[in-house]
Amino acid sequence: MVNEPTHTVTRYDQELESLRGIVARMGGLVERQTAQAIAAVVDQNEEAAREPPRLDAEVDQLEREAEQLAIRILALRAPMAVDLRQIVAVLKMSGDLERIGDYASSIARRALKVEQLEGALSFSALRAMGRLVQENLHKAVEAMVENDATRAKEVWNADTEVDEIYTSMFRELVTYMMEDPRNIGPCIHLLFMAKNLERIGDHATNIAERIYYAVTGDMLPAERPRGGDAAKAIPG
Amino acid sequence: MNTGVQATGGTQASPNGSQESTQAEARFGGTVSPVQASATPLTEQDEHLARPAAMEVRGLNFYYGTSHALHDISIRFPERSVTGMIGPSGCGKSTLLRVLNRMYDLYPGQRATGEVLFDNQNILAPGVNLNVLRSRVGMVFQKPTPFPMSIYDNIAFGIRLHERVSRSEMDGRVEDSLRRVALWPEVQDRLNSSATALSGGQQQRLCIARTIAVRPEVILLDEPTSALDPVSTARIEELLDELKGEFTIAIVTHNMQQAARCADQVAFFYMGRLVEVDSTPRMFTAPREKQTQDYITGRFG
Repeated sequence: MVNEPTHTVTRYDQELESLRGIVARMGGLVERQTAQAIAAVVDQNEEAAREPPRLDAEVDQLEREAEQLAIRILALRAPMAVDLRQIVAVLKMSGDLERIGDYASSIARRALKVEQLEGALSFSALRAMGRLVQENLHKAVEAMVENDATRAKEVWNADTEVDEIYTSMFRELVTYMMEDPRNIGPCIHLLFMAKNLERIGDHATNIAERIYYAVTGDMLPAERPRGGDAAKAIPG
Repeated sequence: MNTGVQATGGTQASPNGSQESTQAEARFGGTVSPVQASATPLTEQDEHLARPAAMEVRGLNFYYGTSHALHDISIRFPERSVTGMIGPSGCGKSTLLRVLNRMYDLYPGQRATGEVLFDNQNILAPGVNLNVLRSRVGMVFQKPTPFPMSIYDNIAFGIRLHERVSRSEMDGRVEDSLRRVALWPEVQDRLNSSATALSGGQQQRLCIARTIAVRPEVILLDEPTSALDPVSTARIEELLDELKGEFTIAIVTHNMQQAARCADQVAFFYMGRLVEVDSTPRMFTAPREKQTQDYITGRFG
């Protein structure tokens, strides 16, 4: 813990430190997965597209390690207050991080199937969305590693723009598909990628919420600021 | 007053969830708005803390001769609830417990100022009948203290001090008290054998039976399980959970997990001061005071 006196039992401190080390490593890995997935699609880069799925196994392994260690500490140390909050946060954040890795892999697998849409407006929207999500994820991981509640709150507030871009992309891609059925395939890939990016942004927000609670002991409100609803973007 | 009710009473689970979320959407309206941290939802413990106080301490100071042992303590003990008192040795928690039934009167040179309200009366005032007070505010000690007499007489002794009851009524009272502490099945065939032959856990349950036999309103327990094995400890804790339906309980314990398991509210004492008192879930998940957090997480120098 930052700015906390050490535990009387040194081994306890070491265990908490290694638990935090595991999620920090997960954070680094999924940041890389996400960056490569975005590069794969916006630059149509084949090599980048191969990396996210390749890193999945390592992320999954770290998630299992985090869970095992967290359960062991809960059983043997009976943690209280900030320690308890941190451990529960790690348990949940490792799940969020693992999901982020999965979404990044999913984006990477579709990345090279949208070439014909490269000139479309949605393509640059995806680029912008990718940049925002990557930035938010980076801040969330930073907040996680540094136990920074202020930064966590920034991330929590910043996801609005991602939602807005996603909603407008959704609307635009539906139009393309109606114009020309040959667009349907790539449009669907683009939509799924946008959806995956939006999910990554959501999990980054979850991480921010968990950090905020772990550090302050207060929960952020159940409802966070939202920037538009894709479900309402087209009439049903 | 510093109670959990006020600390956590802010945002509570709304009975009308949909209305709540509509308001939230309207408030955020898709734009960034300032974050409002929400309090922990209302818990069973919070309901306990909202009850009227069976005892209330106001501005209590306590002195052992010239040594100032308790500084300006104010705390309420909600009726039919368990209050856990924790803190390092010498923090004043046991001293406070002893003030609550005026055990301190047994020793010269001790003096208390302030108020301890019990049944609308300040029990620190002169002229309080201590025998009556101690029958209404019972106490159980760390080491089981059975009298060197039969199991039956251990219970009957206390009752006889305060009431005249017939033989048959006495039998009923003894059995009832022993049943309430789940000791009856173990001792019903040997009520006339010596209480000192019982195991430590049985002796402690006998002492609790002796305390409740005189039908007190408040029970004070000073580390009642520190000399017991885990099974006996669990029995006592289970017993506390049952007894709190009828009695107000204050328990001093060095075992934080025990406070977490048994108490509705927990008070943390340090160097003669009450640092923090709050509902047990809040105290152990998100205490407000740094000193409390350092102590309960094991960061105390």
